[in-house]
Amino acid sequence: MTRSVPPPRPATPVGDPVGLATLGEVAGTIEFSCVDGPGNRFVVFLQGCNLNCLFCHNPQTIPRRGGRTTSVDDLLAKIRLAAPFLSGVTVSGGEATQQPEFLRHLFVALAEDPATQHLTRFIDTNGDAYPEVWDYLEPVFEAAMVDLKAIDNDLHRRLTGHGNERILRSIRLLAQRDRLYEVRLILAAGTNDSDEILRSTGEWLASVDPHMRIRVNTYRHHGVRRAARGLVSPTDEDRERYAARLSAIADFRIQVV
Amino acid sequence: MEATTFTKQGLGIVESTALGYDQKIRALAGLAVSALPYPALSPACAAALEDRVICDMFEGNRPVSPRYVLPDYRKALHNGLTYLELDPPQDLDEALMFLTVLYGHVPSVTTYPVYVGHLDSLLEPYVPEDMSDDELDARLRRFWIMMDRLCPDGFTHANVGPRDGRVIRSIWRVERALRQTVPNLTLCVDPDVTPDDLLLDAVETTFVTAKPHYVNHPMMVEDHGGPDYGVVSCYNALNVGGGSHTLVRVNLQKAAERHEGDLESFLADALPHWVELTCELGEARIRSLVEDSGFFKSHFLVTEGLVSLDRFGAMFGIFGLAECVNTFMEREGRAEARYGLDDGANLASYRITERIAELVAARPVAYCEGFHGRMYMHSQSGIDLDLDATAGTRIPVGEEPGVREHIAAVAPHHRLFPSGISDIFAIEETVTRNPQAMVDIIKGALGYGMRDFTWNLDNNEFIRITGYLVRKSDIASFEDHGGARHSSDLLAGTAERNHSVLTRRVKVVEANPLVTAPA
Repeated sequence: MTRSVPPPRPATPVGDPVGLATLGEVAGTIEFSCVDGPGNRFVVFLQGCNLNCLFCHNPQTIPRRGGRTTSVDDLLAKIRLAAPFLSGVTVSGGEATQQPEFLRHLFVALAEDPATQHLTRFIDTNGDAYPEVWDYLEPVFEAAMVDLKAIDNDLHRRLTGHGNERILRSIRLLAQRDRLYEVRLILAAGTNDSDEILRSTGEWLASVDPHMRIRVNTYRHHGVRRAARGLVSPTDEDRERYAARLSAIADFRIQVV
Repeated sequence: MEATTFTKQGLGIVESTALGYDQKIRALAGLAVSALPYPALSPACAAALEDRVICDMFEGNRPVSPRYVLPDYRKALHNGLTYLELDPPQDLDEALMFLTVLYGHVPSVTTYPVYVGHLDSLLEPYVPEDMSDDELDARLRRFWIMMDRLCPDGFTHANVGPRDGRVIRSIWRVERALRQTVPNLTLCVDPDVTPDDLLLDAVETTFVTAKPHYVNHPMMVEDHGGPDYGVVSCYNALNVGGGSHTLVRVNLQKAAERHEGDLESFLADALPHWVELTCELGEARIRSLVEDSGFFKSHFLVTEGLVSLDRFGAMFGIFGLAECVNTFMEREGRAEARYGLDDGANLASYRITERIAELVAARPVAYCEGFHGRMYMHSQSGIDLDLDATAGTRIPVGEEPGVREHIAAVAPHHRLFPSGISDIFAIEETVTRNPQAMVDIIKGALGYGMRDFTWNLDNNEFIRITGYLVRKSDIASFEDHGGARHSSDLLAGTAERNHSVLTRRVKVVEANPLVTAPA
């Protein structure tokens, strides 16, 4: 487990006109989270996702509408209250990169406010974003956590409704820029957890970074839609196998939860 | 006491199967003290004591020794002890033997030492550079087992920090390996001195043993006039080389029930009355101890300079603040405004504690030179016999809000209680995967003005009752197993039946499910 928390970068002027996209569609916030990056973090869940994953445990955040229209200032006021107890802020979703202007404004505001400038700014993403989006966000965030639902393009399409080309490109790009905090796999027993899949996934991830931080989330029924109920939760034995197979490929830092 | 009551209680102790031999002897001694005459009190004070609006913690009618004694162990190790015929120790083994012997002679209200020293800084000079970690751990492990078996009481309390060192790191390893309730443990935290890495190690220890308490070292140094303070018993902060003569307390719930009027008249009229009676009770007990008991004339800790009268004070405790506040909110027609959950109720609570602090600071009390000639304010965490009233200034078990709101609600009280205040946070065990999150919360809480931050994991086998630790399995089984090995387990058994302390609201520090957190 990595224990060091990267220091926040100084605010980089981004030159956006003031007021642009200072409103966002927000699905919810959590003041204290210990499962969304290093240390204790405030988490903002943006509404709307460009994937449609079978095992999504927050399916109500997938539609573009249905959240609450929220200003950067409102969010900042909430984060200020929690700031003394935090390592950072993570913006999740839905899909965080679907509202890049809002995300960038929020992070700039966090970097400039004396009460929040000590906080690291993380993005929890499905990775399905164009390189231009990462270029646009480059000056304002420390690191991203990227989900990878399947290394095989067909399987990915079946599980999420979309191909994974852009996602794989995002993982490589973020790693090259030293902005990849971890990759998250979500595994369901008998669906995307075979030894063969684990091997091809591990080998590809090792080609990106052999010391990568990998978090294996195991599928659980909690919160999912009816269509996903046929998926099977991995057993303790499965969990041990995941860690063993991946560890055999490279010196990953692996956490199976 | 009526002779028949005395006989009945005495026989109850003798014939108990839940008490061990040693516990019976100590209980019989306590009963004997209860048969002695009480120090003289005014009729009003005696009536308030009888009605339990004010309370003497059942210390016994006639004080025999101070309630809490904090010997200057550093001085003892440096000078040796004439009375016990011990030379200054020359190495770690001798130092551990020296302390073991001395602990057996330190009095307190529990009959066991409530303070065993700042063990890391006391022992660090005796650890030679060429001693391996394994050798150090083995010695401290034996010392730890000795403390638990010879001082079998959850109020026996060790302090460590704020600096890093080999001994403190070894103590964490030994704590995690042994999983004992004794000693109770406090880590003094100074953000400028205590490294994050040491806090992480402490947090990993709390995951396993529900220890240590985390206290605000800069705040303590400020209030106690320097770093020579110790946290003893539950979480009571007092002078090293001194201590507390006694602890008396006001039941704010009862005080509110007996007051016919609103909060304003309670602050103006009722509180001065009860504060004066409580101080009178404390002073009567202090005079009896200091002037009559002979402790300060002849005990070797005094004659050899390990404690001195001018380092002593006495504690003014309050409890039942939550019920007191809620009573006045109901009288204002705002029954929904509950302490801990409502800003108006919280503001009322701050006015009450500030008023009490002001009254206590204005009332000189004899033999309290250890704290400006006044009693120490103390948020008293309760005893096993309290019914209904919530401990100290805590939010009632089960009603606590989220972690941040909880801290924001109670922190304003903390500066007012130099001799100790604690709020206990039960944290959901997901946090074990991310100990840094706990470090963030601890540092945030202390930086926010908390004097003490005490927490344990939900589902932990250990549980804090009022401020001391017990193992759940020990409470559940002692009546069937021929006696509780720790005397504090007996108290915990009653506290659990009276308070449901095992069902404290769990604090979730987690992201899912999203449905629980609307924007």
